[in-house]
Formats: sequence, C-alpha cells, structure tokens
Amino acid sequence: MTDVLIKVENLQKNFGKLQVLKGIDQTIHSGEVISVIGPSGSGKSTFLRCLNLLETPDCGKIWFDGQEITEKGINIDLHRQKMGMVFQHFNVFPNMTVLQNITLAPILEKKVPKAEAEQKAMQLLESVGMADKRYEYPRKLSGGQKQRLAIVRALAMEPKVILFDEPTSALDPEMVKGVLNVIKDLAKSGMTIVIVTHEMGFAREVSDRVLFMVDGIIAEEGTPQQLFDNPVNERTKEFLSQVL
Amino acid sequence: MIYDIAAIWQKYSYVFVEGIKWTLILTVITVFFGTILGVFIAMAKMSKNKLLNGITFVYIEIIRGAPMLLQLYFFWLWLPKAMPFEMSERDCILVALIINSSAYIAEIIRAGIQAVDKGQTEAAKSLGIRDSYMMRYVILPQAVKNILPAIGNQFIFMLKNTSLASTFFIGELMTSWRTVQTATYKPIPALIIVGIIYVLMTWTLTLALGVFERRLAESD
Repeated sequence: MTDVLIKVENLQKNFGKLQVLKGIDQTIHSGEVISVIGPSGSGKSTFLRCLNLLETPDCGKIWFDGQEITEKGINIDLHRQKMGMVFQHFNVFPNMTVLQNITLAPILEKKVPKAEAEQKAMQLLESVGMADKRYEYPRKLSGGQKQRLAIVRALAMEPKVILFDEPTSALDPEMVKGVLNVIKDLAKSGMTIVIVTHEMGFAREVSDRVLFMVDGIIAEEGTPQQLFDNPVNERTKEFLSQVL
Repeated sequence: MIYDIAAIWQKYSYVFVEGIKWTLILTVITVFFGTILGVFIAMAKMSKNKLLNGITFVYIEIIRGAPMLLQLYFFWLWLPKAMPFEMSERDCILVALIINSSAYIAEIIRAGIQAVDKGQTEAAKSLGIRDSYMMRYVILPQAVKNILPAIGNQFIFMLKNTSLASTFFIGELMTSWRTVQTATYKPIPALIIVGIIYVLMTWTLTLALGVFERRLAESD
C-alpha cells in the first residue's frame, strides 16, 4: 500500500440544526483517484470542503500529509498550498490576466521568482492548450477555458492532491469533454484526486475508488466495477437506477 | 424676475463665485478625509474584534440616524471647548462634515468589499494565500469597482449638504445667497441663481461619474 495522504476520522458538520455530515471515516492514499457521487444534498461538497477546511468541521479530525490540520492554532494556509481545489464556478480572478492568475500564489506564498513562475505557468498552459491566452483576462474566456485555467492555477502550486468540486456542472455540454480530458490526464500522471461529480461515465473510467454518499454518510464504497455493476446498498441501487 | 436675476448676477457674481469655491473646497476636503477615516471604520466594522465591531456599529448608527444639522451644531458648540487649541467656526464645521461622511463612506466600503463574490475568497484561500495578500491582490481590486462610483455619489450628496453649513455663515454657496439677499432685499432671484448653480454642479458631476462608471465597467 502506498502512503496515506489524507485521513479523516468521525468528521461531522452541522449547518444550523441540519446535520450535513454525520461522521465520515476515510483514508486516502497518494496517487489514488477517488470519485464522490450521490444525490444532491447528501453532503458530498461539504465533505470535500472540509478536507481543506473551507468549512470548519464541528467534530472529528483530519490528517493531511502526516499533520493533523484540525489541530488548534495551526497555520492552515501552509497546508492549503499543498491541496489544490477546483470549484464548480471556476472562481478565477477577473482582475488578473491568465498568467497572473496562475503565478499569483507561487510568487506571493512560495517566493518563486517571477520569471520562473511564468515559465512554469506557460508549460502548464501549453499542456491544456491555452498558451495563446496568457495575456487575456478571464472575461474573454469560455467556461471550459476558465475551468482549465482554474486547474492550471491549482497545479502551479505543485499540490499533493487536488480536490474537484463538481468541476463540469456549470459548463455548457460541449465544454465538458475538454475539461474532463484534462482531469483524466492528471489522473494518469499519478496526481491524487478527490472529485465530486455527476459524470458517472467519467467516475467509472478514471476512479480507483468510488464513494457513494447519502444523508451525510458514506453509504457504500468500492472500485468502480463493484459499485456500478454490483451495488449492495439499496440506496446505491436506487440512485444508480435514476442516473444511469 | 428675469431682469432681477440678470441684474443680481451681474452685480454680485463675485459673491457667488466665492461661494462656489468654498462649497467645492469643503466638499473635496470632506470626501477626501471622510474616505481615509471611512477605510479605518470599515476595517474595524469587518474585524473579528467584538469591541471594535460594537464601537463602529454605534458610531455609524448615531451619525446616520441623527440629523446632519444637529451634528453641525454639536461640533460647532463642543469642539471649541474641548480642544486645547483655537478652532475657527469653519474648522469645526469641517470636522463635523468629515465625521458625518466617514460613516456613510465606511458603509460604502464595507458593502463594496462584501459584494465581491465569495468564490473569490475561497479560491484565494484554497491556494494558501494569506488573508492580507488576499485582500490586497484579489478582493480590494474588485471591490474598488463597486466603491468608487458610490463615493462619487457621496461627493454629489455632500456637495448639496454643505449648504447646511450656511447656518453658521461659513462662506459656501448658500452663505452667498444670504449675503446677497441681505444686500438686495431680493431673496427669490438670488435663490434661483444659487439653485441653478447647484443643479449645474451636480449635473456635471453626475455626467462625469457616468463616463467614469462606463470606463470601469469596460475594464471588467
């Protein structure tokens, strides 16, 4: 077994009186590609957002790269630099060019010299076919290009894991494939990935493991073959019969 | 009437020009220092410190809740007694105007910052960018586009509100009217002149602000 990268123990989260996560235990290893599926409101996104503490858990512990990040007084920024995140609505910085979007965090937080950061950014942009867009502002980009920019921006920090929160849900249908291909390439390159997605075909194709969440718990997990072809849990069967 | 207006303008235009000058000076100084003070008040109101939150809440609510004329009276009466150095009436009024506009501008700044999409904060955090850098490089450059047009409106609002300072005869445009009407015993033509000047000033500023806003929108 490879190294444990993320370990989650009894993770709970409430929004007011609503308990969104009811105790999640999960271990994620380096190089794993994990898809999180389930009906809306099941807590998938909240689970993902707890992993880099964009949501503060109410209970439970999270270890990342050997360090407990739920510990009090920890500088979470340092850990987030090693956990990339890609959002449903891209969240690229509209006040910066494509190149500035990518180089901002490396230059500010990792003290990478500007020239070096830009060179790295150009390599990344080339790998997603956007080198010609380097001086454009995000308003000139399509949704698919914005999302590819967001992925590259996360990659520029050389993270150990990338968290994808429904990365194709806000895209026009014709843009979905391009973005999924970029994520597929990443998965093949050995990047650790946790992705919340509604793209079942994609989840089946690239995942090492699929987690099915419902009502704030992981109801079932397994390899794509197990989960999609021979689901055990009734809720999984019901969900899959509706989406497949 | 038109004859009166023309005659008064011809004879007393220098009084009105002096009034315009002081109205503009008071407005510019008020909005400039009101903005500087407003930045700190907005920061205090958005800080995590409960005491600062409480103080700024009370400050803003009192200033926005009490009539401006009352505030002018208060500082006009109180400042000369409270300060160890001499303060002219105009200085007292200026302080009152600055404090008044600082509360409004603080709210403009706070609203402008909070109107920036929450996803921007989350993206910056997810990259591990510390809060101070996030503010400086991501949030503020976007917030400025919300804030500047609103401060422009505040400028127009203050331009009109400085007229209240005429109660204390400190030389702005409304004071010019009082001077001229005392000299001519013709308050209405003089008032019309002053009204036209105010409308021309606010109208020009509104047009300029419109052009500026469109430029901002284009750079979005």
